[in-house]
Amino acid sequence: MTELTVELRNVSKIYPARRSSGKDVVAVREVSLDIPSGEFFTLLGPSGCGKTTTLRLIAGFEQPTSGEVYLQGKAVSKIPTYKRPVNTVFQNYALFPHMTVAKNVGFGLTVKRVPKAERERRVMEALELVQLPDLANRKPSQLSGGQQQRVALARALVNRPTVLLLDEPLGALDLKLRKAMQLELKQLQERLGITFVYVTHDQEEALTMSDRIAVMNYGEALQVGDPMTLYEKPANSFVADFIGESNFVRGTVKQVDDDEAQIAIGRKVIAVRLEEERPSPNQNVLLTIRPEKLWLSEPDEQADGLPGVVEEVVYIGTSTRYIVALEAGDEIVVRLQNRPGTKMAGLGRGAPVKVSWRFEDARIIEADGRGEELVIG
Amino acid sequence: MRRKSGFSFGLFYFLVVAFILFLPILLLVVFSFNDSTKLVFPLKGFTTQHYADLVGNREMVEAVRTSVLLGLGSSFLATALGTMGAIALSRFKFPGKGFFTAVSALPLVIPYVILGVSLLIMFNQVGIKLSAWTAGLAHVVISIPYALLIISSRLAGFPDNLEEAAMDLGATYWGALLRVTIPISFPALVAAFLICFTISFDEFAISSFLVGTQPTLPVYLYSQLRFPTRLPLVVSLSSILMVATMIIMLLAEWLRRLGDTTR
Amino acid sequence: MEKQNRLAVLLGPPGLYLLILFLLPLGIMAVFSFRAGTIGDARFIYTLDNYREFLTKTSFHRLLLISARIALTIASLSVILAYPLAYYLTFRAGSRRVILLTMLIVPTWTSYLLRIFAWKLILGSTGLLNTFLLWIGAIEQANPILLYSRNAVVITLLYVWVPFVALPIFAALERIDPSLLEAAADLGSRPWETFLRITLPLSLPGVMAGFFFALIPTLGEYVTPLLVGGGQGAMYGNLIQDQFVRALNWPMGSVMSLAMLVLAIPLLFLFTKAGGSDLVEF
Repeated sequence: MTELTVELRNVSKIYPARRSSGKDVVAVREVSLDIPSGEFFTLLGPSGCGKTTTLRLIAGFEQPTSGEVYLQGKAVSKIPTYKRPVNTVFQNYALFPHMTVAKNVGFGLTVKRVPKAERERRVMEALELVQLPDLANRKPSQLSGGQQQRVALARALVNRPTVLLLDEPLGALDLKLRKAMQLELKQLQERLGITFVYVTHDQEEALTMSDRIAVMNYGEALQVGDPMTLYEKPANSFVADFIGESNFVRGTVKQVDDDEAQIAIGRKVIAVRLEEERPSPNQNVLLTIRPEKLWLSEPDEQADGLPGVVEEVVYIGTSTRYIVALEAGDEIVVRLQNRPGTKMAGLGRGAPVKVSWRFEDARIIEADGRGEELVIG
Repeated sequence: MRRKSGFSFGLFYFLVVAFILFLPILLLVVFSFNDSTKLVFPLKGFTTQHYADLVGNREMVEAVRTSVLLGLGSSFLATALGTMGAIALSRFKFPGKGFFTAVSALPLVIPYVILGVSLLIMFNQVGIKLSAWTAGLAHVVISIPYALLIISSRLAGFPDNLEEAAMDLGATYWGALLRVTIPISFPALVAAFLICFTISFDEFAISSFLVGTQPTLPVYLYSQLRFPTRLPLVVSLSSILMVATMIIMLLAEWLRRLGDTTR
Repeated sequence: MEKQNRLAVLLGPPGLYLLILFLLPLGIMAVFSFRAGTIGDARFIYTLDNYREFLTKTSFHRLLLISARIALTIASLSVILAYPLAYYLTFRAGSRRVILLTMLIVPTWTSYLLRIFAWKLILGSTGLLNTFLLWIGAIEQANPILLYSRNAVVITLLYVWVPFVALPIFAALERIDPSLLEAAADLGSRPWETFLRITLPLSLPGVMAGFFFALIPTLGEYVTPLLVGGGQGAMYGNLIQDQFVRALNWPMGSVMSLAMLVLAIPLLFLFTKAGGSDLVEF
């Protein structure tokens, strides 16, 4: 059975306008989430998308303007932060600079009047968990960024929270350390079985660590799903663009059949598989195709595929990126693995090419055309 | 930038100004050891008699006592109020914040004569008898901006979510202030206390309107300046006070800078 | 709700204190300025006579204007004298910086009253300056060349203010990112151009803070004139003090105080705009 640890029901957070002439700021808009126990759940989005506010609503630092937050089935809007079974790892760690590592980690137990002997034992356990038992008597200022991060983690975990909230905890670390910590955090979460709610703007990090991800923008949760669904079946152009790299090609619907549609792109008409979206004829739509799902070939008028001209060739080690200006107007990025055999010898700037993909790799999104301004604007 | 050391016009100017700044103070010290009852050149000879005379002066000892007590009381209150204000200003957004900041900074520059006479009128109207303590209430007003600014700048050096972190770990808001905010700003609290103390201890322009018949030390000193025969006594006392003040201020500076390096 | 309660508890005490012991007295003084007298039945009569008298007595506003001029002179000269000090400390002092800064600050830690009084020992007829001039033969007979005059007041107040004005300028100069000056040089700016176009504009907040910090209190200064100014050197502040201490004409004194406050309010506004907080951030 999977019980829900965290539930958000139509939660909104609106900050009233500073001046009477100003507009109210909607930080979080009608967000509903169900996070089962033991899940690694990530809130992903660009800065200002409302992900941190959502986290702060769960922690109790902010009160929702409307809607309700439930922890283990209990409405908690009336429960102050310090009584919630939730702990936070802050983006800047927020370690108490005047206390030693041990005092920092033991803080939560001290204020809960846990007897000294038990407290010391649990502090040591927590420090061992994050592999820092030797640094108990240091001050935070004497630690490296990575060590501070571990202390912050230990300080939260020592309280055995039902839910651990992590607000971009790896943001301040350098790339290598961040990668290592991602793995470590994920393993720790699986071992402890605690629900993690993780905030990040780094899509790669989110894909690596999460069981499920909520992609947020402008205060809304645009799509919630596991990493593969988000990557393979983005619900809209924002998700498609934010997770991984996407190409967007504008077209007009010519004909709609049972499970495919004929889309006119420039002079060409191309068949595209239909899923949830059911566009109607003469509607403008957006096709999304991942760069690695495309290939290039000699232009020929008969077969499928879009004609264009290579604009830029960028060698990036394992692969090469070709930026192709389609005859129809849009630009498209093609990524080809640098393997013997796939190399397009002599394909340089100005070369005429044809861009092709497999039938099932292109998706129609946002048939209402709303995405166009997001992508092209 | 081009020249890090070596003698230059800039240094010369600096040293001349510094010399002028120290000159009057040195004069007072010199005269305090001068074996004469008059503060005139040429100097007569070395003596410590003026210092010995200080001990027997009951009035003066009483004035020193009044000023010390007043300084302690007013700087304690100013530091407490300044701490509250500093936390409010550095951790909260609220309407009227700009107004509060402005009003609390105004005592820094408002002409003291205005502050003195307006309080004199109020105390008189309300029927509060003038004493050293009424002057002390005014000292708190002029000390608050210093306490507020010193403590605010200390708090600004720390992340503003430390209280949240403490609450996240189970402390109440007031518990978080007590266990985290107050301890981390402690060097600034002591520095603010010491600076407020010297402000109160040195304050004359307002006190002269408000002390009634209970002179603080500066008010007492001023009353003595009119009697030429008392002057040697005054300069020797002032020499002692200068040394005492310098020690207090060095301590305050040290604490303030110490705080800067440990965060 | 909870946050508002916390804020109220934190802001209440300092807010109330300043309200009751800073703003309220100014209000009461304003009411007082309309009273016919300090004692007796006159206390209960409200009149505009005080204002009429103030406006008709030219000696009052003349002294107010003279005091304003003196304050402007002192504040401007303080900035001019203090700026090189701050500039030297920031950009040229190198390893001497801490010791030089200390030399600037330490004298300000001694009793204000006595530092002013000490100038009597320098400027008086048997003072250091006269003795020195006699000794080198520049003058034949000792006389109080400077004491008991407006000049004595100006010199003494400059002495008081220069270090205090230097500190906010120093704080502002210190905040200037050195790479800005390098960028200016890189773009072909000569040192004095860099100073005029980059350094000076960026230090203006500190200059303004220091300027007003000296200007406004000097406007109401009365202690320095009492000690070194004599009858010639009296300032507007002495006039106010007289009304309260000698003439016991409190309503008149209130009118005078308010007149000064009216003059000072725009300056106070500018001071808070200039960021008075620079003063303790060195």
